[in-house]
Amino acid sequence: MNVSAPLIEVEKLEAWYGKRRILHGVDFSVNAGEIRVIMGGSGSGKSTLLRHMLGLNRPVSGTVKLFGKDIARSSEREKLEVRKRIGVSFQGGALLTSMTVGDNVALPLREHTRLDEQTIRIMSRIKLEVVNLGGFQDLMPSQLSGGMIKRAALARAIVMDPRLLFFDEPSAGLDPVVSAELDELILRLRDALRMTIVVVTHELESAFKIADTITVLDQGNVLMTGTTAEVRAADNERIQDLLNRRPREVQVDADEYLRRLVGVDA
Amino acid sequence: MNGIEQETVEGRTLIRLSGEVDLSWSQQVRDAVLGALARSRRVGVVLSEVSYIDSSGIAALVEGFQSARTNGSGFALVAVSDAVRAVLELARLDRVFPIVADVDGIPEVTGAPAWKP
Repeated sequence: MNVSAPLIEVEKLEAWYGKRRILHGVDFSVNAGEIRVIMGGSGSGKSTLLRHMLGLNRPVSGTVKLFGKDIARSSEREKLEVRKRIGVSFQGGALLTSMTVGDNVALPLREHTRLDEQTIRIMSRIKLEVVNLGGFQDLMPSQLSGGMIKRAALARAIVMDPRLLFFDEPSAGLDPVVSAELDELILRLRDALRMTIVVVTHELESAFKIADTITVLDQGNVLMTGTTAEVRAADNERIQDLLNRRPREVQVDADEYLRRLVGVDA
Repeated sequence: MNGIEQETVEGRTLIRLSGEVDLSWSQQVRDAVLGALARSRRVGVVLSEVSYIDSSGIAALVEGFQSARTNGSGFALVAVSDAVRAVLELARLDRVFPIVADVDGIPEVTGAPAWKP
């Protein structure tokens, strides 16, 4: 792999759910060492975009490359190699409820490495310490608060020391103090472990605090990708609406509206 | 370049690591550290030339430290690079490991964790 190549390259990505087009030819790339925030409101297509970046959805057209590999067109073996180098912290945590917190965190190491048990135990407990859950390894996920579940999920996402970390809505459902702590942690992970981090969020405050660069997504289109300063200064009405939390004015097309109400043949 | 060098000077065994310590060879680091502690009563791991260390590398150092404490041997991390220090600080392990500036600082016996106030 060319080391100077972007870690993520998304080109002309289209996604459809049935007859609805969700992503309209999305283009952007993410360089190594960046914290990139993909920002957009509900329905902007950011969750769909994340699923494509993780290889969970196959693009209708366009490509997603991680570490230079077209993820949708890779063999299972190549996909597995890529997956070992990425970590994902899902919005709801996605911890396995039948396992202790410690076993949840250790799971990727047990699945993907042949390290001995003592090393696995120490590595997963180091990551619990990093997320301020030191000593919580024997609890079950049901015994954790929302913020703790998020942190445990993050510990699992970084247990293999991935070069690329995806974090879906880190602030969702958290109180402001816990949310600020997570933002701080994301910055420290990048600095100490040299991770490239992609955060998908609708939270403006968090986005501007952690991002090096922001990709603004709106109704399946990339409005712009730029530094936080460039996004703030953008001469784009929709971006300014998003930054100032102004609701979008709903456009009414009378024909289309009637068709939706009374059926396709109206 | 990644590498492990060992030397024994005046009763101290030094393990000099260089390059990026990661999952691909951290088991070698672990074997070297535990092996040195089996042979020597004073061991220092020199980290000045380490440009990156992941948690499998840190785990190897933790195991070494624990082994030294159990056996009453001397153990320290020596001349820790900024890159290693950042990872130790992330997990607050900088407050647990004995960290010394040079080989003369390697203690004869590794005591309780060196908690700073």
